[in-house]
Amino acid sequence: MIRFIIRRLLFGVVVLWLVSTAVFFCIYVASGHPERVIGGPRATADNLAQIRHNLGLDKPLIVQYGEYLGRLAKGDLGMSYVYQTSVSSMITDRLQTTAVLVLGASVLWLVGGVLIGVVSATRARGLLDRASTLFVLVGLSMPAFVVGLLMLYVFFSKLGDAGIHIFEPGPPMQEHFLQRMILPWISLAFLLVAGYTRLTRGSMLDVLGEDYIRTARAKGLSERRVIYRHGLRAALTPVVTQFGVDVGVLIGSTIVTEKVFGLQGLGQLIVQSISVGDAPVILGAIMLVALCVIVANLLVDIAYSFLDPRVRLD
Amino acid sequence: MSLAEAQAEIVPADVEPTGKQIEGRSPLSLAFARLRKDRLAMVSLVVVVLMMLLALSAPLWAHWTGHNYHQTYPKTGVDESGQPVGPNGEFWLGADSIGRDVLVRAVYGARISLMVGLSATVLATVFGVAVGVLSGFLAGWVDGVLARFLDILLSFPYVLVAILMAVTFGASVPLTIVVISFFSFAAMARVVRGQVISIREKEYIEAARSIGSGKLRIMIIDVLPNLIAPVTVLATLLIPQAIVFESVLSFLGAGVDPSTPSWGSMLSEAQDYYRTAWWFLFVPATLLLLTTFSFNILGDGVRDAFDPRTERLFMRKRKKAKK
Repeated sequence: MIRFIIRRLLFGVVVLWLVSTAVFFCIYVASGHPERVIGGPRATADNLAQIRHNLGLDKPLIVQYGEYLGRLAKGDLGMSYVYQTSVSSMITDRLQTTAVLVLGASVLWLVGGVLIGVVSATRARGLLDRASTLFVLVGLSMPAFVVGLLMLYVFFSKLGDAGIHIFEPGPPMQEHFLQRMILPWISLAFLLVAGYTRLTRGSMLDVLGEDYIRTARAKGLSERRVIYRHGLRAALTPVVTQFGVDVGVLIGSTIVTEKVFGLQGLGQLIVQSISVGDAPVILGAIMLVALCVIVANLLVDIAYSFLDPRVRLD
Repeated sequence: MSLAEAQAEIVPADVEPTGKQIEGRSPLSLAFARLRKDRLAMVSLVVVVLMMLLALSAPLWAHWTGHNYHQTYPKTGVDESGQPVGPNGEFWLGADSIGRDVLVRAVYGARISLMVGLSATVLATVFGVAVGVLSGFLAGWVDGVLARFLDILLSFPYVLVAILMAVTFGASVPLTIVVISFFSFAAMARVVRGQVISIREKEYIEAARSIGSGKLRIMIIDVLPNLIAPVTVLATLLIPQAIVFESVLSFLGAGVDPSTPSWGSMLSEAQDYYRTAWWFLFVPATLLLLTTFSFNILGDGVRDAFDPRTERLFMRKRKKAKK
């Protein structure tokens, strides 16, 4: 177990290094002149040269890359070109919003997906199963922002005009927390619930065909106990795997939902930084996203061995 | 289902009426015959074909309405307060925020969206199959490296990379296709790899090796044809994903450049007008959903046609097997 974790951590460091290198060079190809961003339109040629020198941009690319890696190893993400504040503080600020979005939605899609999946597996091919299937297909066919825009249309525009305020756009996050987050949560969860329904249904159908389920029934256990205690526990293993992966990946992929609902999360920060060429922020945020993916994957593997005693990590 | 229908269904599809000569049929033609009997899949195929015809006939629509897709009509398309006009005699499905014809743009958008979806799928399939076959068949360190690479690719927030690439190289249609296929090919490669690993152990591969076939020959002659079923199924399901992907990228401004009409770029423009101009949002959204939904149902039907035993989503009630 310990050896497994150590090996995976080392692998994670390698992946982080690869990601940082790829992003570093990608950004240097893309944004040639950060000094213009910092200096503003009225900076003189001397100013620009001075800024370049201060940032170390006049050194050869390979030296810059070495210095960048050195700072990164110490956990220093540098300063934003545009805002002149430390990247770490900017990122942690935005990470909160994104984490609230993802975690809130994850409760919805996990509970919803597993429930619908179990119900449709136990009543396979019934009306409910078909209805949930239709729902899955619609979910799979929709881009995130279309879901969001349609929800805004119905719940904000139509119901809002009718005097029912479910959604409140605008900054005061603390005051109208629920009104602010409910639609983003639902629309993000809607996209993922489809996959979870499908996954739970399939895995549940497999498990319910196993011999030990027949044994449990033969012992005279109630159907509810058979399904939820014996069946669901085994059926949840692939769901847990998928869950960990999705939460990790989503930290960097909620851009669309953030944009539709005007949330200032990590995704928006990255998009905005890319559009103004704020290289340190882009690098820092992407490293954070990659870190989330790696940690989530590791946690999944560890959780796996608890859920399914047959899995040995080594 | 009535009793007569149920009985009709029991008769196996591939039994010819007596008196005809018995002929051998390939798995492909059997699958095709099964697909043709699948009503839901056929309906979705019709929708897909109609959508393609719509895309091909785009200039005709421009001719009929008398509007060009890039032309703005500030006098007739936008009212006095600067709002786009709704569906009327001149703009059949309304106008957009700068007075362009939504219908004509949506029809031209179908061209871009379908073309991006189809060509990205073709690219992803070619590369996915190549990588999957190499990785699965050669095994060893090649497989180790490729499989790990696919793992990383599959667990990466691809939207971020897509945006980064769009900024680095400039947003364009070809770049969008490359980005989408780069992130879709991993799914294809992984499925193919799994299949190849099981095929590799089959006796006919051993037979081929014993008569002296080289690795390349075995991969092309013996392995590849056995991949037709899973690859066809997955490719059909990749198309709607690619179309959705394109729309998301265009929505974020990292897909096709904004002046090119695609469903994604139209929706992106429509997002600020959903309160006042519903047609601006609903026309491209409807076309997009109709297309992706049809492709998904079709893919499901194709899967069922190739392998009738698998669970499929819209299963007609078969006669229940007694357990």
